[in-house]
Order: sequence, then C-alpha cells, then structure tokens
Amino acid sequence: MVKYTGWFMSQILVKDLSKTFSVAQRQPGLVGAIRGLFSRVYSEVHALNNVSFTIDPGELVGYIGPNGAGKSTTIKILAGILVPTSGECLINGRTPWRQRRDHVADIGVVFGQRSQLWWDLPVIESFELLRDIYRVPPQVYRESSAELIHMMDIESVLDTPVRMLSLGQRMRCDLVASLLHRPSILFLDEPTIGLDAVSKLAVREFVRQLNQQHGVTVILTTHDMDDIEALCRRIVVIGAGTILNDGDLAGLRRKINPERRLKVEFADNPVSISMLDSGQVLTEKTVRVVGHEGNTLHLAFDPGKITTTDLIHHISSRFAVKDLFVENPPIEELIAQLYGDTRVDKVSDV
Amino acid sequence: MFNAYWSVISARYRTLLQYRAAAIAGFVTQLFWGAIKIMVMSAFFAVSTEPQPMKLVEVVSYIWLGQALLGMLPWSVDKELEAMITNGGISYELVRPLDLYSFWFCRTIALRTATTTLRSIPMLIFALLLLPLAGFDEWALAAPGGLVVTCVFLLSLVCALLLACSFTMIMHVILVWTISGDGLNRILPSFTMIFSGMVVPLPLFPDWTQGFLSLQPFRGLVDVPFRIYTGNIPALEAGPDILHQLIWSAVFIFLGRRLLASSMHRVVVQGG
Repeated sequence: MVKYTGWFMSQILVKDLSKTFSVAQRQPGLVGAIRGLFSRVYSEVHALNNVSFTIDPGELVGYIGPNGAGKSTTIKILAGILVPTSGECLINGRTPWRQRRDHVADIGVVFGQRSQLWWDLPVIESFELLRDIYRVPPQVYRESSAELIHMMDIESVLDTPVRMLSLGQRMRCDLVASLLHRPSILFLDEPTIGLDAVSKLAVREFVRQLNQQHGVTVILTTHDMDDIEALCRRIVVIGAGTILNDGDLAGLRRKINPERRLKVEFADNPVSISMLDSGQVLTEKTVRVVGHEGNTLHLAFDPGKITTTDLIHHISSRFAVKDLFVENPPIEELIAQLYGDTRVDKVSDV
Repeated sequence: MFNAYWSVISARYRTLLQYRAAAIAGFVTQLFWGAIKIMVMSAFFAVSTEPQPMKLVEVVSYIWLGQALLGMLPWSVDKELEAMITNGGISYELVRPLDLYSFWFCRTIALRTATTTLRSIPMLIFALLLLPLAGFDEWALAAPGGLVVTCVFLLSLVCALLLACSFTMIMHVILVWTISGDGLNRILPSFTMIFSGMVVPLPLFPDWTQGFLSLQPFRGLVDVPFRIYTGNIPALEAGPDILHQLIWSAVFIFLGRRLLASSMHRVVVQGG
C-alpha cells in the first residue's frame, strides 16, 4: 500500500507503475503462419518500468517522449482505461482502475487522434448527451457550456454534424466536450496534432487560461516542442518506459546541455573562423563555432566558463559588430540528446 | 441516472434512423424473401396429406411477422462499436462515468429497434392491409385475434427484444475479446436464425427435435411471440413461454457482464 504521509498534498500520485504487454511473435511466411496456429511464442514488451511522480493541484505538466516511450500507456492508466501490471496510483484519493466510474466523473480526456463527439450528430447534441452522461446540473451546464463555447469560439459550428467539421474545429469542440462537467484534471494526449498554426495557438491559449484562471490540473503529451515551451513549467521526459527527467525547462537545459548560443553579425568584413578562434580567450574549450553564414557567426558557449558579457566584450572590442543575439539551443536538440541511446525503436506505441 | 442511459438510446436511435436507403433496400429484400417463403410453404401444405402442427394461415402470418421484425434479431453487431474496438476509440467509452455493460446495452437497444421501426411499419402495412386489397387474402398477414392476444403478443415481443439485446451483447463482448469479430460473429447468426424459427417455423421441425427446440434460448426471439400472435400458443397459456424468454435473457445478461468485466482487465488499447 501507498504511504499517505507526506503525499497527501498531491492530487496525482504515481508510484512504481509498470505495464507489461505480451505480444505474440509471428514468424514470417506461410510456414510461420501455420506454425503460429499451434504454438505461439510470446515476447514481453515493457511499456512502463517503475514510473513514479506526483503532481499537485493546478500544475500544468508536459509529458513528453518519443513514439513508443510509454506516454499514452501512462495516460491511459491514469484515465482508468488500462490496468497496470504493478504499481500504485492515486488520483484525488482514488485508484483509477478500481474506482473507474467515480474517477472518470472528475477528469476530462482528449485524445488528439480521435474524437469523443458523436460522428453523425450535430455538435450541440453531443454536448447535451455528455451533459446527461455526466449528470451535469442544468444550471452548471448552461454556465460552463456558454463560457467554453465562447472561449473556443465555436458558436457557428454547433449545429453542424461532427463529420463535416475541419480538424481544427473538431479539436476545439472536443476540448469543450471534455470540460463540460468541470473536471479537476484534464488529460490532453497530443491535442495539437495535425492542427494549423492558428488552431494551435487557440488551443494553447485555451489550455493556459483554463489552467491559470480555473486552476484545472493539466497533463499534456505532445511532440510539438512549441506547445511545451509555451505552456509547461514542468516537464516530465519519458523514454523506453522510464522517466529520464522531471523538472522545469531551465533545469533540463542545465542538466543536458548548459550551452547558450550567440549569433554575431559583423559589420562588413567577413571574419574568418580562424581569426576568431586565435583569440586568447576564445579557445576551443569555451567557445565553439557551430555555424557560419555570410557575415554571421553562430557561437556556442558555456555560461559557467565565460559569462555572456565577457564574450560579447571580447568580440565587440576586436571586431565591428552589427548585431548580437543570445539564445538557448532549440528544445528539440535537448530532448534528442536526452533520449540519446534509449532503445525506443523496438517498442510499439501501446 | 436513468436519464443518462435514456439519452444514449435516444441519440443512437436518431443516428440510426438516418440510414433510410438501407431501410428501403432491406424492405424490398425482405418482401421478396417473404413471398418466396410463402410460396414454398403453400406448395408444402398443398401436397401434405398428414395434419400439420400449424395451419397454413398461421404459417403465413408467422413468416410476415418474421420479415417485418428481422432487424430485431441478433443477426448483426453495432458497426460503430466494432469500429471503436478495432481503432481504439473504445478509450472514450471507458472514460464515461457509466456502467459499461448498461451503456452498451443501451446502444444495443437502439440498434435493434431503430432499423426495425423503419422496416416493420411499411412491411406490416403491406402484409396486413395492401395484400388483402389486392386480392391475395390467403397470403396476407391475419389480424391478431382480439385485445388479449395483442397485449400478450406485445409483452412477449418486448421480452424477445430483451433476449435479442442480451444476446447481441454477447456478440459485442466477443468483439472485445477477439478485436475482429468476423469469425464467431458470422457463424452465430446462422444458428440464431435457424433455432429462432426464422428459416422454418419451429413446430414444422421433426418430432424428435421438438424437445431440444423447446428448451433452447433462441425460440424466444421468434417462435414464442409469433405463435402467440397467430393463436398457435393460446394467449392465456403463454406464461411458461414468456418465463422461458426472461430466464434466457437473464442468463445472457449475467454471462455478458462477467465476460465483459474480465475482458476489461486484459484490454489493450493500441496506438495514439
């Protein structure tokens, strides 16, 4: 059993969660297929290995990892859809798979690749159906539906059958549908997948408002690093079924790759790489040249070894500089480095 | 509580009512088959020298009722549910605060009644009213013999619906277990149709099969309500037959619930 002491502040508590699937191996060819009828070889796929974390009320957590890392498996266990092989999970004091009905009444779920709306019915009828399914009191329904419909700007499509909506419209409607019963936790599984830029921004803004103004706890899985950068203070990275990192973006940067980038545009004379490198301070160890185009040099440096001001001073005192730009390395690079050699390609996305 | 399940039935019913082209096609097909069956039966009765357990007029009504109410029988599964089980949309079914078996039972009620509503009414009008007008009195559906018979028939028909839904639910659970239900769910309807009396009215089967036929569950789908309608089973003596329908419904519901509960522990929702 889980010890409650010290944990009771958490809204979501996950401890040593593991999920193993056994998959029937299929041998190639006709002979293999016939052999498979009589004896099957099963191999075990460990989708999750002793995953533990806690999430407090009102947090907005990005849950990221490559395909097959175990993101969706985790979400499905937390949503009460899958039963784990071992481990504990308490959400609002309930175990999702043991008290499924009470649990799901208090959560909202959006799977970006599927719709929870009834395909052949107008959107508003799906909403009303969900109102009845979740037994939302009429007054509460009137208020929350009006507010959500306004926030997502979907008044004009309410009478349209779901099958005729564009992906962006459908996702907006799906988000509204997941929140009509005012859940305290929202699980978003790739909510921006396939959306155009405008819809993505609308979804992000909506999630942010929901989290900040309504205090809804949000767990977001995505492959879109812009989603993460725009929304999440806390990022949990999973690879091959284990948690690789759990913390804020700055911490992730420090841990993986503390480098900063300096983009220098020189005034007129193209500066050769060797000229820059020959300086006393700018040795190979502290500053690297990672790119070079026209008059612009891309430098990478470790702010622990040379401060940004020192570096800028060194360069600008020797060369005529037109423009300077300091930035963090793209988050994709960080994540790719973190995944590193975790073998993820052999595990299917279950 | 009840409201939630009622809304599911109603929403699904409205959706299924949209398939009007399929209903027209079904109506024409069933009309054709009804006519063929009646011709075969007429020929059989014309050459038969021994007294039969059913009169021809009863057999004709039995056949027309069968053609009208075919959609009510557990001959198919919910296509939407089948797609959800195959493509993983079942996830959303599991995040609803409803009892899954009852939730799907409501879907099943809508499935079994929506298509039937669309097809049975024109079929009944045709067989009950139009055929006699056209002069085919012998081939027409006879009106039920009085108010009592009608009431007992309707009661038995509701029980047949319950039985049909509880058996369709068994087929739905098989879908969950096997993901593609193509195997068992193609074989099962053949048995269901034969043993319900849909192919040949059960009383016309050989004597040595009658003991088995009267015990097996599927006679409650067709044979019981239709023989009550035609008067072959006297309405006031139909108690045991209706009880038979209810007992088998209870057995299928119990079985379906157990199987669904255990399948949920091994469900694997793939992808995404």
